[in-house]
Amino acid sequence: MTWFLFALMVQAAGTTLLISFVAIAIGLVIGILVCGAMLSPSVVLRGPARLYVSFFRGVPLLVQLLLFYHLLPAIGINISSVAAALVALSLCTAAYQAENLRGGFLSVSRGLLEAAEAVGMERLQRFRRVSVPIAIRLTIPALVNEAIGILHASALISVVGVIELTKTARNFAATTFDPLPFYACAGLLYLGLTYGVLGLGRAAERHLAVRHA
Amino acid sequence: MRLPNPAVTASGLTKRFGTTEVLQKIDFSAPSGQVTCLIGPSGSGKSTLLRCIAMLEQPTEGTITIDGQPLGPWQDGIGPALSPARRRVMRAGIGVVFQQFNLWPHMTALGNVAEALRTVRRLPRAEAEARAIAQLGKVGLADRAGHYPSQLSGGQQQRVAIARALALEPKLMLFDEPTSSLDPELTGEVLNVMRGLAADGISMIVVSHEIGFVASVASHIVFLDHGRVVLSGPPREVFARPRHPRLTQFLETHVDVEASRLLQ
Repeated sequence: MTWFLFALMVQAAGTTLLISFVAIAIGLVIGILVCGAMLSPSVVLRGPARLYVSFFRGVPLLVQLLLFYHLLPAIGINISSVAAALVALSLCTAAYQAENLRGGFLSVSRGLLEAAEAVGMERLQRFRRVSVPIAIRLTIPALVNEAIGILHASALISVVGVIELTKTARNFAATTFDPLPFYACAGLLYLGLTYGVLGLGRAAERHLAVRHA
Repeated sequence: MRLPNPAVTASGLTKRFGTTEVLQKIDFSAPSGQVTCLIGPSGSGKSTLLRCIAMLEQPTEGTITIDGQPLGPWQDGIGPALSPARRRVMRAGIGVVFQQFNLWPHMTALGNVAEALRTVRRLPRAEAEARAIAQLGKVGLADRAGHYPSQLSGGQQQRVAIARALALEPKLMLFDEPTSSLDPELTGEVLNVMRGLAADGISMIVVSHEIGFVASVASHIVFLDHGRVVLSGPPREVFARPRHPRLTQFLETHVDVEASRLLQ
């Protein structure tokens, strides 16, 4: 493996990181909305939210990717393969993140909310000042897990033609007839990215003093 | 016995959870400026009664009056809706201390005490924190202001919880088994803070198994069993001649050495 090919591998790792990051970020926003709908007392909101979560957690990501890639053009939406991959990844991780968040909210002990009620805090204040901060602290470890999961699952998006880290390694392996160095290099790059995500997660936990939640 | 100027009265108070009747037509009165202790075996309904007074539980039947302000009457679990403004006013006069402390884990001791001063009283941060520090000082924890609940002992956490309730200057303090989840060697510090409050003349209603504390601090004792008031009166009257077989049985399992000495 030459330095030039290594540089291309690092560049591909950058693509993997960027796509994963954008998918996690969009997924978090959608996940918050879906979680809110699932926790809402209204069946009109709860029903579709549950359906959403069971679809995206029930169908393999690989199938979702192929589905979106072929479905969107079929209904007249022409988007690039990168965009199709982003849509599928974001919608999928949103379902998992919604479930994680819901778990966080359900783990906020009733007594903490009663204490807030007893000092006269209104419903919205209890939600903002007690439920949300505690739920977020309880959810961060799961969010870090999910981010790592998406980082690794993004290897699948090559099936819709996105050239990311795994696909690049496969291309070079095939053209040089020397697969081992490229796959080893890809593995190390994934490992490095994973440590980066873990480090970010730990920094967030430190910042929010998660250990106290 | 009629009590002068009651802080809290309840009449015909019934609470049903499904088909279990936890409180059965309770008539209850707690004198103002004094300590009323609710005692009784577990499942007797004393915590539920306290939670009804704390407005954390809605009674099924009956009426509660707190500091002259009526709540209810309820009939079949339905009562008059309380406007948010009225609810706020009534709540402001009541402080609640829980068995499990229920300190917010993401806030420091100072944050816990200052929180309602800022969000409910809408005081500026500096003033809220100054008051919170003063309140922590009263429970002997000014030097722990920056600690998170997880960095405090159980006794310290409960004292912070008391400071949090006192910060809003309530007229009535409710304690729901405040020492039941503490190690025996940590109950003393919490009971001492409560003794200090009693001496200050704040109205207190305390659910407690600490018969020694009850005997020495209570001015009025209510003994509940199976959701009914079995006996009530001043400690000497209730404890000196335990006439009621259920009370005798209860005391035999709960009275400690200190209490029996006090009762001699």
